[in-house]
Amino acid sequence: MIEARELTKDYGEKRAVDGLSFTVQPGIVTGFLGPNGSGKSTTMRLILGLDAPTRGDVTVNGHHYRDHAAPLHEVGALLEARSVHTGRSAYNHLLALAQTHGIPKQRVLELIDLVGLHDVARKRSGQFSLGMGQRLGIAQALLGDPKTVMLDEPVNGLDPEGIHWVRNLLKGLAAEGRTVFVSSHLMSEMALTADHLIVIGRGKLIADTSVDDFVARASQKVVLVRSPDVERLRDALAGADVTFEPAERGALEVHGLTAEQVGAAAAAAGVVLHELTPRQASLEEAFMNLTRDDVEFAAELQEAVA
Amino acid sequence: MSAVTPTVKLPRLDVTGRVTFPHVLLSEWTKLRSVRSTKWSLGVGFLLTIAFPVIFAFATTAHWGSMSPHDRADRHPLDIALAGVNVAQLAIAVLGVLLISAEYSTGSIRSTFTAVPKRLPVLWGKLLDYAVVSIVLMVPAVLISFFASQAILDRHHILQISFSQPGVARAVLGGALYVMLVGIFALAIGAIVRNTAGGIAAFAAIFFVLPPLMFVLPQSWNNAISQYLPSEAGRQLFALNHAPHTLTPLAGGLLFAGYCAAAILIAAVLLVRRDV
Repeated sequence: MIEARELTKDYGEKRAVDGLSFTVQPGIVTGFLGPNGSGKSTTMRLILGLDAPTRGDVTVNGHHYRDHAAPLHEVGALLEARSVHTGRSAYNHLLALAQTHGIPKQRVLELIDLVGLHDVARKRSGQFSLGMGQRLGIAQALLGDPKTVMLDEPVNGLDPEGIHWVRNLLKGLAAEGRTVFVSSHLMSEMALTADHLIVIGRGKLIADTSVDDFVARASQKVVLVRSPDVERLRDALAGADVTFEPAERGALEVHGLTAEQVGAAAAAAGVVLHELTPRQASLEEAFMNLTRDDVEFAAELQEAVA
Repeated sequence: MSAVTPTVKLPRLDVTGRVTFPHVLLSEWTKLRSVRSTKWSLGVGFLLTIAFPVIFAFATTAHWGSMSPHDRADRHPLDIALAGVNVAQLAIAVLGVLLISAEYSTGSIRSTFTAVPKRLPVLWGKLLDYAVVSIVLMVPAVLISFFASQAILDRHHILQISFSQPGVARAVLGGALYVMLVGIFALAIGAIVRNTAGGIAAFAAIFFVLPPLMFVLPQSWNNAISQYLPSEAGRQLFALNHAPHTLTPLAGGLLFAGYCAAAILIAAVLLVRRDV
């Protein structure tokens, strides 16, 4: 379990993480979603105590990371930027980490086999491809059989087979009752892997919701209607929460109403409809809508200040 | 699902340990021995410590016949025996800086500090491992260089000095101790600067640039200040004769150790306080 309370981090003038509060529960995969530069990696560094928060607090399994007597048994982390000495072999890198906790060599070999690095484990890790580097990072994260697994963009650089493998691994870890916290900037990837989502933009919390709710909210109430009399249809549908986006000629995209509501309103007004299609906004679109709003809000603020 | 979904299962770990200083010491030893720069720097340091005295001994015997009495009186067997120390210190210093700065440049420091989030044991482990390795390497190196150069000079029966003569053993072993302390000092500098080029530059500035600069000062100032520089204080450990305006071997050695302790203290405070 990871608990963040009002977590804030400034780098000079720039606020990277802004009052973030969330809880990551055990037993499920929690996706940590946000555009590049939104503060995901910073948040993870704060969780691991690599960076100190400017304000606020974060604990893992009930304690500050730094206060754990055996941190590798508590949290296994894959950090986004490479965190391996390029001149050292994968085997020696993992061995040195294992030795800090008295974890036996056998465990290192076991993990190397698990992630499929057996043939290259004795090579200098600087020669690794991005995918091999990710596999080494995953082996490192799992070394201590941790209660909480935290992975920053784990599928970056992996081939489709590797991506599939990571998905299954994460689900398996969660099914065993572990806390699994995975960051990504790809909504589609999270939809396939995660049960719960924490979405941030510009360091602020945007959504803390189950994936099902997020999908439902995202795909609701966008309806494409086609009518010979678009103007009258528009008047018939107009309302406080309703917005229109022009589609191709003779068609209209209605936001804020269900297909049933649009059909009923058209019938009441006597407007002929040629098409009435509920639209599934893609998850990627939904995610971008969420984060774009945030970016626009910030831009407006800046204008107001200027 | 029709597709076969391979289940990936993480094998359980039966043994659970915790972070202890002996564990960290072993971990840092693994890191030390598993990069090429260690073998290169230590190998070069060892060889240079021996090679320079051997070459100088041969050169001295070859030219002895043509040397003026004044020149001959200027030669000292310990200067020859410990000539390599001045060169070896650079190799040991570079490795000292690298042992920590390379962790920052490659990002492996993040892995290190997630395994040992209290951080300080990492610094103590690196320092202790490196101190032991460098003293274990340098003691045989200075002994070999002393006896090899003496053996070469002995063939012409010149510049003989006994290891049991007062101060000789102290100077020879002091050479090894000096190099070890240089390594410690450099490691602390590396931990402060966190950058390889910057760390080596800072070390070179303190050890190789600062001392000659002192000669720009008025003579009396130079005499008063130079003896307290880290390099000048430290080298008294392997100086046989107590020259004017220098500290005694004990005082110089202690002062140099004090500089090392101060650098370590600064490194430790910054290590705990800074973000990585």
